Amino acid sequence: MNVSMQASPGLLTGLGATTKRDLLLAWKRPGDVLNPLFFFAMVCTLFPLAVGPSAEQLEFSGPGVLWVAALLATLLSLNSLFISDFEDGSLDQLLVSPQPLPVLVLGKTLAHWLTSGLPLVFVSPILAITYRMPLSVVGVMMLTLALGTISLSLLGSIGAALTVGLHRGTALLSLLILPLAMPIMILGANAVSLAASNDIYSTGVWALGAYAIASLSLAPYATAAALRISNE
Amino acid sequence: MDGGFAMGGYGAYVWSCYSLTFVIVVFLSWRGRLRQKRVYRDIEVRLKALEDRE
Amino acid sequence: MWKWFHQLASPPYFYRISAVLAPWLAILGLIMIAYGTWQGLFVVPMDYQQGDAFRIIYVHVPSAYLSMMAYMIMATAGAIGLIWRIKLAHAVGAAAAPIGAGFTFLALCTGSIWGKPMWGTWWEWGDPRMMSELILLFLYFGYMALRSSIDDTAKADKASAVLALVGIVNVVIVHFSVEWWSSLHQGQTVFKKGTMDADMRIPLFIMLIGFTLLFGSMLLRRIRTEVLYRERRTRWVREMILSPEGGA
Repeated sequence: MNVSMQASPGLLTGLGATTKRDLLLAWKRPGDVLNPLFFFAMVCTLFPLAVGPSAEQLEFSGPGVLWVAALLATLLSLNSLFISDFEDGSLDQLLVSPQPLPVLVLGKTLAHWLTSGLPLVFVSPILAITYRMPLSVVGVMMLTLALGTISLSLLGSIGAALTVGLHRGTALLSLLILPLAMPIMILGANAVSLAASNDIYSTGVWALGAYAIASLSLAPYATAAALRISNE
Repeated sequence: MDGGFAMGGYGAYVWSCYSLTFVIVVFLSWRGRLRQKRVYRDIEVRLKALEDRE
Repeated sequence: MWKWFHQLASPPYFYRISAVLAPWLAILGLIMIAYGTWQGLFVVPMDYQQGDAFRIIYVHVPSAYLSMMAYMIMATAGAIGLIWRIKLAHAVGAAAAPIGAGFTFLALCTGSIWGKPMWGTWWEWGDPRMMSELILLFLYFGYMALRSSIDDTAKADKASAVLALVGIVNVVIVHFSVEWWSSLHQGQTVFKKGTMDADMRIPLFIMLIGFTLLFGSMLLRRIRTEVLYRERRTRWVREMILSPEGGA
């Protein structure tokens, strides 16, 4: 007789519940969402101050600078992915939940992207315009950022899971994530540069999309394994 | 016999590469040996102390 | 044959065997390296394109090769340790990391030094191989940093094994993405190595094999130390150390 005939919550329920919870928590602590955005803006501000505000330089370096800034801001926000759950014991609850851990991880990562990657996408046009980026290119940039930050959130969650609760976990997290983030940035920043010089940029966009899909299918499992290892 | 000591002007590059290789190999081996000695000594000391106590 | 493998996974057996095997590997390796060095530096004729600077290849290629082989060993050992939970496998991973990092560093340095006279620059951000090698170095550092920051050995083993496996995929991806990137920026020099004559190639093979043997010896020695440390509270270690011959 099939024991699971009892009404056990489905996968989507688990996914929705974790996402909703994290979104609610982020709502209550807007600083967690806003700080990385300010950091993003600050990094974008620092570059012209350091290398000079000449128009050609700005236009030339715009895609790259914005992408680096987005990467650093995401790195900052990844730190807190599992930390608060770890500290108050909810992480243990997640680990013993009857729902499969990868699904719950996916829920948290989705919430993370909604509160870090997506805001970045919407804030980026403002800064892109200061870098004299034409509007058509801004569109490409938002697209690449959207796809890229999805991958970043997913891959970053692996690093966050490996380093949760470690002494000096922050620095270690950056070291672990940098190699993973490199291809995303190469693809994204260069797709935008190509668009800026009116070249064909679709290769980069397709590659970013493929990367996002691959991360989506594989990263939750790696993150779940890493969480179990860090918390047994 | 080609490639005398000066290596046709590239001497500095070639010799620095070979000496760096030598240095790194020696360094890695030396550190490995150091670790082995330290681990062994630590265990020995602890075991001898346990034995004396018995 | 399987029986031997099974025996090999037993720490005391490995500890004894490696002590016998390691020196031989080292001696054989060093002989081959000495011969290959002599050939490569003094006997092989000068390359007409690159002059004598091409002789760097005889240390650069072996170190690059070892840097990647060490990583594959590290990741494979991690996978074996995770899947079959063989303790010795994790010891292999821990032992391979510093050696691999050292050779990666060496590959980067020799590659850079070789690049200066050949292509005019110490470093080329657009070269896929240089970039992949650099990322490999970061991966090694990340692996070692992760290991040292987790106190519990078993946990550290598993976490770093996961990291190593994630890293393998990443190195491949980085290589291809940099290749795409540099194909965009046509201005970059493309570092294509030409084909080699047979008499230039033979010392290279000798050096490769010699370095691999030497690496094997260094690896065995370090695994041995790892095993000793991990098994420090077991009876076989106690008996061995307290016995008259010791077990250094």
